[in-house]
Amino acid sequence: MSLRSPLSQARGLGSAKDGVGHWWMQRMTAIALIPLSLWFVFSLVRFPLLDHATMVAWIHAPLVAVALVLFFLAMFYHAALGVQVVIEDYVGNEGVKLVSILVTKFALFAFGAAAIFAVLKIAFGA
Amino acid sequence: MSVKPASSNRPLSPFMIGPYYKPQLTSMLSITHRLTGLALAFGTIFIAAWVTAAATSPEAYGQFAWAANSIIGKLLLIAYTWALVYHLCNGIRHLFWDTGRGFALKSAYASGYAVVGASVVLTAVIWVAAYL
Ligand code: HEM
Ligand code: HEM
Repeated sequence: MSLRSPLSQARGLGSAKDGVGHWWMQRMTAIALIPLSLWFVFSLVRFPLLDHATMVAWIHAPLVAVALVLFFLAMFYHAALGVQVVIEDYVGNEGVKLVSILVTKFALFAFGAAAIFAVLKIAFGA
Repeated sequence: MSVKPASSNRPLSPFMIGPYYKPQLTSMLSITHRLTGLALAFGTIFIAAWVTAAATSPEAYGQFAWAANSIIGKLLLIAYTWALVYHLCNGIRHLFWDTGRGFALKSAYASGYAVVGASVVLTAVIWVAAYL
């Protein structure tokens, strides 16, 4: 049974029904990001980052590669969800809102794919 | 799909930034969480560029490292570190609130000051550790 009035249903008003899922994934990814981002930052301060060989050797370790992939998955997903909320809050025009959300989602997923691919390429490389 | 209903001209509260609301620690930390979230989202581009450069060639990585090591690069990295640490600490504050706790005025202020302090201290610790 729906609690919405027939008139509001006919007008297409009301939620898009995925609000809870969105909210929940923002929290799940946030919780995942607590250890992952702390691990990331404190790993980086430990070695000479500017050196290519050090960096490649680091990513070569299986556990590091897996942790980096998890970090990137959580980070880009969390960022995409978060930026969407900000756009929805401040962009009034439906068309502009839709396009802004599409562009940010495509961009963030593209950068996420690039980052994860780069990690795998180094990890699988000789 | 949605059509503006006739009732949409009912009064709304004014926009949060402007002359209507007095700035307070709590609202400033709230908007800072949003701003740091946006900054971190923008910064993911550079994280992707950094690993992509490493996967491309030592030369590409060298160029990226040179830019990151410049004065501007370092300032941006310090700003990014602070944004991450602030958003992380305040994010934990948000997650704690999500359990329904910590909303009393006194606790909201106490956790707010704790977040500001922790974000500065942690940023300093990270950058001192990087140079040890
Ligand atoms: C590492 C990269 C991160 C990026 C790019 C990022 C980005 C964002 C963005 C854009 C938002 C939306 C802001 C808003 O609605 O006002 C957000 C919200 C949030 N972030 Fe992050 N974030 C990151 C890390 C973290 C971490 C480590 C935590 C750990 C606790 C966290 C916890 C949260 C929470 C709880 C929210 C929801 C706050 C609310 O209710 O408005 N985030 N994030
Ligand atoms: C300078 C004053 C204010 C600032 C900077 C501010 C900032 C924000 C920000 C950044 C958010 C989204 C992220 C979050 O949940 O933390 C938010 C959410 C919200 N604000 Fe404000 N706000 C201000 C004043 C107000 C006032 C006066 C009201 C009520 C009349 C209000 C009502 C709300 C509501 C209902 C939400 C949604 C909460 C949710 O989604 O859980 N805000 N505010």
